[in-house]
Amino acid sequence: MISHLPVLQVIVPLMAAPICLLLKRSQLVWLFSLFASAIAFIISVLLLQQVMTSGVISYELGGWEAPWGIEYRIDQLNAFLLLIISGVSTVVLIAAQTSIEKEIPKEKHTLFYILYLLSLTGMLGIVSTGDAFNVFVFLEISSLSAYALIALGQDRRALWASYQYLIMGTIGATFILIGIGLMYQMTGTLNMQDLSQRLPDVAQTRTVFTAFAFVIVGVCLKLALFPLHLWLPNAYTYAPSIVTAFFAATATKVAIYLLIRFTFTVFGLSFSFTTLPLQELFLLLGLTGIFVASSAAIYQKNVKHVFAYSSIAQVGYIVVGFSTSTITGLTATLLHLFNHALMKSAIFLALGAVVYRLGNVQLSSFNGLGRQMPLTMAAIVIGGLSLIGVPLTVGFVSKWYLLTALLEKGWWPVAILILLGSLLAVIYVWRIVEAAYFKKPLAGSVPVKEAPLFFLIPIWLLITANIYFGIDSRLSLKVASAAAQSLLGVSP
Amino acid sequence: MNFSLEVLLQLTIAIPLLAIVGIILANKMPNIREGITIFASILLIFIVTSLYQGLLSGENVNVFWWDIMPNLSISFSIEPLGMLFALIASFLWLITTFYAIGYMRSHQEENQTRFYGCFALAISAVMGIAFSDNLFTLFVFYEVLTLSTYPLVTHAGTEKAKQGGRVYLGILLSTSIVFFLLAIAGTWFITGTLDFKQEGIFNSDVDKTLAGALLVLFIFGIGKAAIMPFHRWLPAAMVAPTPVSALLHAVAVVKAGVFTILKVCVFIFGLDLLAVLPTTQFLLYVAGASVLLASIVAMRQDNLKARLAYSTISQLGYITIGALLATSSGVIGSSMHIATHAFGKITLFFCAGAILVAAHKSKISEMRGLGRKMPLTMIAFFIASLSIIGVPPTGGTWSKWYLLMGTVETEQWILMVVLMISSLLNIAYLLPIPFHAFFSNPLPEKQDKASSSQEPENLVPNTELGQVQIKEAPWPSLLAIGITTLGCLILFIYPQPLFNLATAILARGQ
Repeated sequence: MISHLPVLQVIVPLMAAPICLLLKRSQLVWLFSLFASAIAFIISVLLLQQVMTSGVISYELGGWEAPWGIEYRIDQLNAFLLLIISGVSTVVLIAAQTSIEKEIPKEKHTLFYILYLLSLTGMLGIVSTGDAFNVFVFLEISSLSAYALIALGQDRRALWASYQYLIMGTIGATFILIGIGLMYQMTGTLNMQDLSQRLPDVAQTRTVFTAFAFVIVGVCLKLALFPLHLWLPNAYTYAPSIVTAFFAATATKVAIYLLIRFTFTVFGLSFSFTTLPLQELFLLLGLTGIFVASSAAIYQKNVKHVFAYSSIAQVGYIVVGFSTSTITGLTATLLHLFNHALMKSAIFLALGAVVYRLGNVQLSSFNGLGRQMPLTMAAIVIGGLSLIGVPLTVGFVSKWYLLTALLEKGWWPVAILILLGSLLAVIYVWRIVEAAYFKKPLAGSVPVKEAPLFFLIPIWLLITANIYFGIDSRLSLKVASAAAQSLLGVSP
Repeated sequence: MNFSLEVLLQLTIAIPLLAIVGIILANKMPNIREGITIFASILLIFIVTSLYQGLLSGENVNVFWWDIMPNLSISFSIEPLGMLFALIASFLWLITTFYAIGYMRSHQEENQTRFYGCFALAISAVMGIAFSDNLFTLFVFYEVLTLSTYPLVTHAGTEKAKQGGRVYLGILLSTSIVFFLLAIAGTWFITGTLDFKQEGIFNSDVDKTLAGALLVLFIFGIGKAAIMPFHRWLPAAMVAPTPVSALLHAVAVVKAGVFTILKVCVFIFGLDLLAVLPTTQFLLYVAGASVLLASIVAMRQDNLKARLAYSTISQLGYITIGALLATSSGVIGSSMHIATHAFGKITLFFCAGAILVAAHKSKISEMRGLGRKMPLTMIAFFIASLSIIGVPPTGGTWSKWYLLMGTVETEQWILMVVLMISSLLNIAYLLPIPFHAFFSNPLPEKQDKASSSQEPENLVPNTELGQVQIKEAPWPSLLAIGITTLGCLILFIYPQPLFNLATAILARGQ
């Protein structure tokens, strides 16, 4: 059983999805999905433990030996990502039933859970597989279900947002497929390990350069790196709240995983960063992304839009850390993957609770909400402080590492820019704080009650994690730095 | 109670936090709620004093909580400078609580639970700052202090208060995030540690330009020290209720700023290195300019609290100068000035608040002739002014003396002149207030002689001011004023303990 864990990680949610069809009552479907996701979470914990103690796990699907068969390959990086995805998915699901009761028509509830589980399957699959074509397959599974999930949003604009995402996402996936195809043409293999050994021989060909360009652009579309971010704000805003909370914490993370995997493992550090000017490119795009997206966040009237833009800005931080290509920088990137997942899922869940009570998340509806929904608003404030990077929250830990990484490189001006960027976060977070705590409720608005328990439990679980890992970062730090070291080929 | 000093040290942070729980639980019962605050502050004084005894008997107290990141720990220890700060803050918390009870009740302020709760949180943060064993711990509590005082600044909830709150938070957070944090990260990157050490943590062969740049980042990054041009938050914070302005913006917050600067100068850079850094002289002049300009601006303020705020900015400049002089007289003068200015300025703010509550006046031009109605308040104001100016028989004399000595020792003649001119300016903007209160007649359009026996607290805003019988502020407020005024005098007659603490800062470990 234990030896089959890598594949079970993907199989469990995959099989759970069709079973949902057989269960009639939506309450039951919810519990079952929660159960499936929890199992996936437990598997990921076991996998992480196994990887941390005994090193990389390689699993041959169907017993076909790699590179002919499909290999599932779990190293520290994969295990870390699996943990983030399945963990967030499980916590978010706790609130799902309560939230979709208000946001999605009853007859579509089962459909929702099926899509959710398929999306989860796709993400877990992308991360666990060691086969480049398999990546594309799972990418499509997760994306197609994501388009449908977003289209379930109650606002009619959700359809348009989903369509936008569909177009952009398909372009991205196609680019990735073209890139993989070109690589296959040059090397005759799809296994990532195999690719990484064969590519250096043909690295100086135009085909490989083209393949690299296609893969990188495709991945950057998926991770919403500035200027390829246009699909994200509306998709996050008009999707059902639960979907947003899940995707904001995981979808872009998976894309970043792919970016790291392709640049560091498949193409190799020297090709990506020495032969090509990827470093300068990513540094520039990352920084621009931080400033453009944070400034855009300041002017949004819909709070989901605010945090959607903030997500794009956070991708900027992650990419800046990535562009240093040092151990500290990568550690910062991976830490921020984890930390940002904690912040954003908490914030978007809390926004879901606001939608549950108020029906919308316009900034003006937040007026006076600090008194009416104290626990929910406190969660948003703590999540916001974490985004800013105030000490004792996870945001500070990743910012500190990013800062040290930049100083190590001697990039003082970049360090200053990063810090200035977090000031913009202060502004957009504080607009919400002011509205909630220092403005009188709008005339004629009906006072609302605190969010239901099924919202508060997952929200505060995540907030507690935000503070816990901000105070005691040993665990996340250990895994992140182990993953960074293995990526850069330094034995820990 | 026989706790070890380690436990007591942690209690200084824990007690205000526990008090918050009590304050929230006693939300609906004001007397119990304020009782809890008073009890907590008395307990805190008791504990801090025991720690002081421990320090005097030469014990080393170190508490380690946990590592947030490798080599970055939250840990605490006791040293004389922090002790001094903690003593002042805990003592004045009690006094201010008395004052606040009188003030808040007669003003019928709303949200008093939030007020007392945030107040206690701020005190807890101050204790954390005072006893922090490394720069990282200090930074954490520094930020907690900023965030916990924000709701106090915006207490009134009006558009003006929100505006003030924005400036407050904006400047304090941005300086600390952009400059202070960068300076900390840079220091950590160069030295690999953030612990406070007697001789500083930089090697003597450190790149002087880089260290000099870090010093600039520190001085400007510690926005709470209100060095111009990052001083605007302090006048903006004056929209807060007066007890907040008194304790936090004359004592706790601003002193946390200059305290941090002193800590950085003495224990991170070390005086020897500080003296040879290329940027020290530049920063001295910046601080000197801050002293002069703030004094000049203060003279032009008609709002009493605004004038006091600018006066604070100017006095904070003194302390920064003392730290940057990098001599023992400078450090002694600075640390003594933390104490003497605290007592002087809090008294002035208490008086300003008392005048506001009892006479509903906030403009200096309206206070002519007020001395006859509120003699005690105005006498206290006079004595405290003397202390700020630095003349006998008040405590301010000593600290200003040492600061002046520092400038003479280092032959900083320009700064010496700056300090002396500033003292003259202090006279010009402080003394006319009590003088006019006693010896001038009220301006003609304000008629104070009315026979209504209406209590001040029953005032509705649009009642004509002239119809109120002005009398002294409520007794808890008066008591507080009396105690701090006495403090100003005692610091002159009996400065020995303060002086010993101040000299011990540099003597320790040698």
